[in-house]
Amino acid sequence: MKQNKKSSGGLGQYFKQMKTANKVDYATYLGVILAFVIVSVCQSQGMLNRSMTGMLVPICCYVCMAVSLNLTVGILGELSLGHAGFMSVGAFTGIIASMSLQSSIPNPVVRLVISLVLGALLAAVVGVIVGVPVLRLRGDYLAIVTLAFGEIIKELINCLLVGYDKNGLHIALNIDGTKTVQSLGLREDGFAIIKGAQGAAGNERIASFTAGFVLVMITLIVVLNLVRSRAGRAIMGLRDNRIAAESVGINITKYKLMAFVISAALAGAAGALFGLNYSSITAAQFDFNTSILVLVYVVLGGLGNIWGSVVAATVLYVLPEALREFSDYRMLVYAIVLILVMLATNNPVLRGYFGRLTEKFHRQPQAAAQKGGVGHE
Amino acid sequence: MSKPKRPETKLVPVPSVNKIPERDVDKSPILECQHLGIDFGGLTAVNEFNMAIGRTEIAGLIGPNGAGKTTVFNLLTKVYQPTRGTVLLDGVDTHNMSTAQVNRAGIARTFQNIRLFDNLSVEDNVKIGMHNHIRYPMWSGVFRLPSYWKKEKLAHESALELLSIFDMQDLANAKAGSLPYGAQRRLEIVRALATNPSLLLLDEPAAGMNPSETADLMENIVKIRDTFNIAILLIEHDMSLVMGICEGICVLNFGQIIAKGTPTEIQNNPEVIKAYLGDQKEV
Amino acid sequence: MEFLLYLINGISMGSIYAIIALGYTMVYGIAKMLNFAHGDVIMVGGYVSFYATTYATGQLLGDNPSETAVGVATLVSVLLAMIVCTVLGVIIEGLAYRPLRQAGSLAVLITAIGVSYFLQNAAQLLFGANPKNFTSVIGGQLSLFDGQLRISNVALLTVVACVVIMIGLTLFTGRSKMGKAMRACSEDKGAAQLMGINVNRTISLTFAIGSALAAIAGVLLCSYSPVLQPTTGSMPGIKAFTAAVFGGIGSIPGAMLGGILLGIIEALAQAYISTQLSNAILFAVLIVVLLVKPSGLLGKYVPEKV
Repeated sequence: MKQNKKSSGGLGQYFKQMKTANKVDYATYLGVILAFVIVSVCQSQGMLNRSMTGMLVPICCYVCMAVSLNLTVGILGELSLGHAGFMSVGAFTGIIASMSLQSSIPNPVVRLVISLVLGALLAAVVGVIVGVPVLRLRGDYLAIVTLAFGEIIKELINCLLVGYDKNGLHIALNIDGTKTVQSLGLREDGFAIIKGAQGAAGNERIASFTAGFVLVMITLIVVLNLVRSRAGRAIMGLRDNRIAAESVGINITKYKLMAFVISAALAGAAGALFGLNYSSITAAQFDFNTSILVLVYVVLGGLGNIWGSVVAATVLYVLPEALREFSDYRMLVYAIVLILVMLATNNPVLRGYFGRLTEKFHRQPQAAAQKGGVGHE
Repeated sequence: MSKPKRPETKLVPVPSVNKIPERDVDKSPILECQHLGIDFGGLTAVNEFNMAIGRTEIAGLIGPNGAGKTTVFNLLTKVYQPTRGTVLLDGVDTHNMSTAQVNRAGIARTFQNIRLFDNLSVEDNVKIGMHNHIRYPMWSGVFRLPSYWKKEKLAHESALELLSIFDMQDLANAKAGSLPYGAQRRLEIVRALATNPSLLLLDEPAAGMNPSETADLMENIVKIRDTFNIAILLIEHDMSLVMGICEGICVLNFGQIIAKGTPTEIQNNPEVIKAYLGDQKEV
Repeated sequence: MEFLLYLINGISMGSIYAIIALGYTMVYGIAKMLNFAHGDVIMVGGYVSFYATTYATGQLLGDNPSETAVGVATLVSVLLAMIVCTVLGVIIEGLAYRPLRQAGSLAVLITAIGVSYFLQNAAQLLFGANPKNFTSVIGGQLSLFDGQLRISNVALLTVVACVVIMIGLTLFTGRSKMGKAMRACSEDKGAAQLMGINVNRTISLTFAIGSALAAIAGVLLCSYSPVLQPTTGSMPGIKAFTAAVFGGIGSIPGAMLGGILLGIIEALAQAYISTQLSNAILFAVLIVVLLVKPSGLLGKYVPEKV
């Protein structure tokens, strides 16, 4: 309704009246769509080599991971060091769903959607289980407990045995280290899906770049729209000042949990897509270092800055690949780049220097349009 | 101390030990504290705090530094749970309510050290204040359903209207943390008003303001009371403000009420003079 | 008897965690930062000691070295590791953390992670990715109850070292002038500076002490699990960090208590419940403790003033 009234005054007028925040949002959507179109065209023209094509789906997954973690760290303001745990839950749920539905739903697209939804749902459930106790803590104590939960999830999945036959799913937890796939008691037509520490192998790879793009768009819409709504304002309010938020009647626990669970669900969907992109996957891939990797994307992209997370995740995922010419030194260079960027963006003296440089850059007219987002923290 | 601007209100007793303005007496008091007290690990911070506030009263809570005034606010808003005593808000016992629940029941407050949502815009600060009475579900916001557009429009208009009390509507898009000090204090009051309270607690609203700003503030406080028909309880060190607009005043020293009454009564109370100026003045 | 053995193993492993946790907790107490590179300083300490002893036994001492000569070489290698790590710690602080003193805690955290990546990858380039077989510097064991209970000398030494270090640190922070300066900085850096305390030097000193402790922990850790590789320090680092939080981060006795309890829980969980899930059990206990005592066992809870 509101839109119609405004657009009668001309689209240009509408754009002028629009708040900077909304402009940044639409620019983000547009940027992602453009990137998808360009990359798809390049791909169809055969301009991408195999390693680049192989990176497309993981990039989409990590973009979703970064955007969803930004919801917890940037928007809610709580440091989470266990985000990979939700990714892991999503990945293995997605694989179990996809493998066990293989015969009943042959269409891979439908199966992919169902797997992603189930991955998101289960990750959300785990998010509630983790969130209820965790969100009572504050600051670094909260961070260490999310780390602990991440590790617990990893170890539990490491012990998980799952098989499927005509009777349905068979699940066992290999606690004492003596159980194997045989102890699942599968029928002859059955097959094992997750084999403990060896993880899941021989999966059908049904993830695609298009699916990745759609997931990124959904993630962006959910997070950006949430931030600009009543619930999002409550979440940011309790980030900025918990006591003041309580004093205006905001239920702290509810909104903390809401942000945390949505973040977990999106990570679960990203995990499901990630898991369905590889023929084999293990729980050890989603360890503390993965959580940290995503956190690095979020912090470098800017806390609370969603398009920053998208760019940072893409660039930093590609960076080690681009540093290939340094061969053995590439991770070393990566580490040095990381430290230098942190120093350059956070040290007052250096930031002042870079600030003057960007100012010069912004005086150029083309760059002016982007300015709204650049200084945004 | 400047002279009171308004005719003095007559205070009349309510059924308990407390008094409220005469014009509110046919309705029960909006707030009534009975034997309220709190101990911090053996130290009694507030004790035997009895006070009633009428529906449309502007009441003052004064006392030397460290007397426990802010602690009383924290007890009323349940930042601290009282060790003993009851707080009746509109006749309802607030026992075991949380800060958020007390706000929803009708108490809004500002803080001595300003607590705004610094990284959000002025408008968003006010909109967060409306959280509980302009509502729509979370998923309506995520999927931008019609109720989102309708309620957001309403919230936007109401926010600007509230901001116009202090002529702040032009600052709606500014970042709250970047406002000058006086504007931040005023924004805190607007945000508190946005929660639709029946009792507004102001913790040193005139702190750091010059005399002309204080005079404006006094006018605005009275205007707020008259427009919204609510009760206001304020803590203030500026006696011109307290004596100018408060109808009932409560003086606190070392956690105990040492005097209650109208501004004139308080000004002539020997206990109060002793607490503020020390013993030798009396001799 | 078996239980006693597990308990002793737990206590000695826990002592190593405690020594690492002391480093974490001191740095956290003063710089208010989570120094994720601490675990990798342990690894550097391990490598220095490894190369020093290898060089000594291979080149200096000849074919049949006397026991004293090996002992002296070991001691020298530990000292060398401490010196290298101390210097490394101070350099890391000066180059990477000091410029971010005014920045948000997350920026420092990410920088610490960058330093951690750097140390791991530098170690991989310098020393190779293949695990080195670290021969325990202290051999022998103590037999009790007619050989029913054997305690290795490493275990005994670890516990003794841990207790000595903790007493030393408590005395240092409690009594000495520098220690008081440290405590002042941890309370309020600005006020400490106004009182004439050199905050930067105090923080450097804290890093120096923490890193020297990490070197000791590195040597002891490698004596336990003789496999040395660039990632050796990460998991013990994380667990020690957990231990520091467990005991109440910022508290020296807390770090000691947390470390030892963590070691015991881990050893008992491995023995009686599940080897696979020992870390999960460890972390679950941490979560339960933090829910009951939100600032750890010996931490101070400071409520926010309204």
